[in-house]
Amino acid sequence: MAEQFLILRNPGAAPLSELPILPFDEFRSQALAAIIGRKARVVAFFAYAHGAAQRLLLILASDQEGKLLLSSSEIEGAFESFTPSSAQFHWFEREIYEQHGIMPKGHPWLKPIRFDSPGSNADEPGVCEYFRLAGEAAHEVAVGPVHAGVIEPGHFRFQCVGEQVYFLEISLGYQHRGIEKMLRQGPDKKSLHLMETCCGDSSCAYSGAYAHLLESLQEDLCPTERTQVMRMIAWELERLANHTGDMGALANDVAFRPTMAYCGRIRGEFLNMTAELCGNRFGRGLIRPGGMGYDINDAIVAKLLPWLQASGKELRNALELLFSRAGVLDRFENTGTVDSKTAANIGMVGIAARASAQKQDLRSYHPYGWYRENPYEAAWAESGDVYARALIRYEEIKKSLAMLEPALKKLPPAEKNAATPPLSLQPKHIAVSMTEAWRGELCLCAITDEQGRFEQFKIVDPSFHNWYALAMALRGEQISNFPLCNKSFNLSYCGHDL
Amino acid sequence: MSMFVWFCGLLLSLLLCPLLSGLICKLKGIFVGCPGPSVWQPYYDIIKLLRKGSVYSQTTTWVLPLAPLISLAAMLCAMLFLPFAFVDSPLAFEGDVIVFFYFLAGARVISVLAAMDTGSSFAGMGASREMQFSSLAELGMFCILAFLVMTTGNFSMSGLLNGAGILIWSYSGTALLLVIIAFFILLLSENCRVPIDDPDTHLELTMIHEAMVLDYGGPDLGIIHYTAALKLWLFTSICSLIIVPAGLFSGFSGLLLFILAQFLLGVLVAIVEGTAARFRFLKVPQFLLAVPGLTIIAIIMLLLFK
Repeated sequence: MAEQFLILRNPGAAPLSELPILPFDEFRSQALAAIIGRKARVVAFFAYAHGAAQRLLLILASDQEGKLLLSSSEIEGAFESFTPSSAQFHWFEREIYEQHGIMPKGHPWLKPIRFDSPGSNADEPGVCEYFRLAGEAAHEVAVGPVHAGVIEPGHFRFQCVGEQVYFLEISLGYQHRGIEKMLRQGPDKKSLHLMETCCGDSSCAYSGAYAHLLESLQEDLCPTERTQVMRMIAWELERLANHTGDMGALANDVAFRPTMAYCGRIRGEFLNMTAELCGNRFGRGLIRPGGMGYDINDAIVAKLLPWLQASGKELRNALELLFSRAGVLDRFENTGTVDSKTAANIGMVGIAARASAQKQDLRSYHPYGWYRENPYEAAWAESGDVYARALIRYEEIKKSLAMLEPALKKLPPAEKNAATPPLSLQPKHIAVSMTEAWRGELCLCAITDEQGRFEQFKIVDPSFHNWYALAMALRGEQISNFPLCNKSFNLSYCGHDL
Repeated sequence: MSMFVWFCGLLLSLLLCPLLSGLICKLKGIFVGCPGPSVWQPYYDIIKLLRKGSVYSQTTTWVLPLAPLISLAAMLCAMLFLPFAFVDSPLAFEGDVIVFFYFLAGARVISVLAAMDTGSSFAGMGASREMQFSSLAELGMFCILAFLVMTTGNFSMSGLLNGAGILIWSYSGTALLLVIIAFFILLLSENCRVPIDDPDTHLELTMIHEAMVLDYGGPDLGIIHYTAALKLWLFTSICSLIIVPAGLFSGFSGLLLFILAQFLLGVLVAIVEGTAARFRFLKVPQFLLAVPGLTIIAIIMLLLFK
């Protein structure tokens, strides 16, 4: 049986007619063969109504070949669950069941993930059956949805014996806004804003992915070389700011104050640099389909360069201090370990996956924009613990700093380009665009209708893949180490809930 | 005259104990490169809290509101047995060490009971941790007592802390140094300091002492803050009284030295807190068992070289 996939490069689009619609059995066996053979991993799996029919659409990524494999199947009301064969589908099938009432038969743990399903009896977020550990010595600790710090809402249930966690169950959905629904019938004036607010700390990654998506759907939307460089600057500044903040928070969680205090301040420096580019600390309005919202002039470059060098130096000092402390390393090492096999099985992405020996970074393996011409070598580590996740952040901070300085020095000259053409997307097309947000792989997928409007819009935030990894990291861990493990993943609640 | 100095010492202790906490916070701030809060901040906090109202969960009983008062009373009673400014306490009697430590233990028991009273899983976890670690700390505490009793032949707090005299440094200086290190570890542990606990954390799952008092607010919390400051002062007092041999100074110069020694110990605590990371929980018992370990070595040295 020949493999029947629609093959795309990232970002890419193709006429909808080229998407194979397979009989379900073939669809299933072909997908599982690719996944279990470790040739590909799940990027997105969702259902949509196509006229009267229900379709399943699966997007796989083959990292070795740098290809995206798309395939689909029509089903009626139910299908045989993939989850018992591959845990990567676990969360996606729960989502499909919740959104469309399509039953994945044989799914071991079918629960709502956002508590927003019109047909079912799920009501308030977090109100559902939880896994329970029975026994005299077992006790349950419920944390959230309201937390002590200024963070987003999420509910965590720990089943413990003494200080040891046997099981952690994470229940989200409190931030659900229905963004995917709002994006349908777009693109319109609100679309870009919605994209930027999917997950506020990854605004640039989202707006970049969205820009690529539209550019792949409309040929005359063509970013210039200068635009590509400026987008990279926005993405890497975003990555720097978030990685710096996380390193400070990790230091704080082990009560190592000096690095915490410095990183907190330096994170602000990187945010302010982004604000220097576009007036917003999170880079809102900076990246636009077809171009940029703002240009970088020589005065800004002259201001940014020394600023970046000074902040980079201070940051290196603060992090060297952190990594030179035996007490800190003792806390980081062997805490919250996710081994590489688990990481591959559950389909982790981003820094957390790279820390568990998964060689995957879209900038290296599915390069887009600037990274196509400028190969990036992904940082990765093997131990899969908090230390590895901290180390990956430090390595990526160094790499980002090394990319930014030469890029700012040698900005391609501004071209007298005509105004961005009005949006008119190709009708009846499917497009996929992925960017490496600072947390990991961010995937957008759009299907256009006859008028070139979004008939379907699917967002897969990196946190969607990784929340379950946090639960795995906590198995057998001390409950007092949860905040540290949680911070080492630092997943997004609103990115997951959309 | 000497009674007056002791009384001044007690009064200053009651007045200045929040300042010691304030100083530690200020220094910690400076360590991490920011100005830090004013040294008077603990006073402002306590005054602010005392002026507020209290809210109690409906599942709690009378134990919850009573516990801070009993803790404070127990701490104040314990204070009375200390030889402030190197003057023997007027209440001292042979064997008052036991009374002294039972007052401290009583304060702990009531706060643990209050934590259990809330029924919150955080407070319960905090209570269990507090009891686990303090039972280990108690072992160390009584080893140190044994050492002091052996050097002084005395059974009252005043006698133990004041009876050593300058000579002890000459014939068992090393042993005494070990005991001081051991006591400093106890001081950090009993006062929920880094590397055992983190007084500044907001993460309930990692707290020990803080988790037990999460349900308090208003005047109760103000009293708890004051009691914590008093307890820190009490432990630094014992530490400085062990370090400084009695008889060198008396009267007001003794009082001055006593206060000065308190703040120097505060600086030391701030240095530890500003530079060390917190231990993982599994390491804390090992760290606490260093206390009896060090003290037993000191006792052996004492027996060999006396």
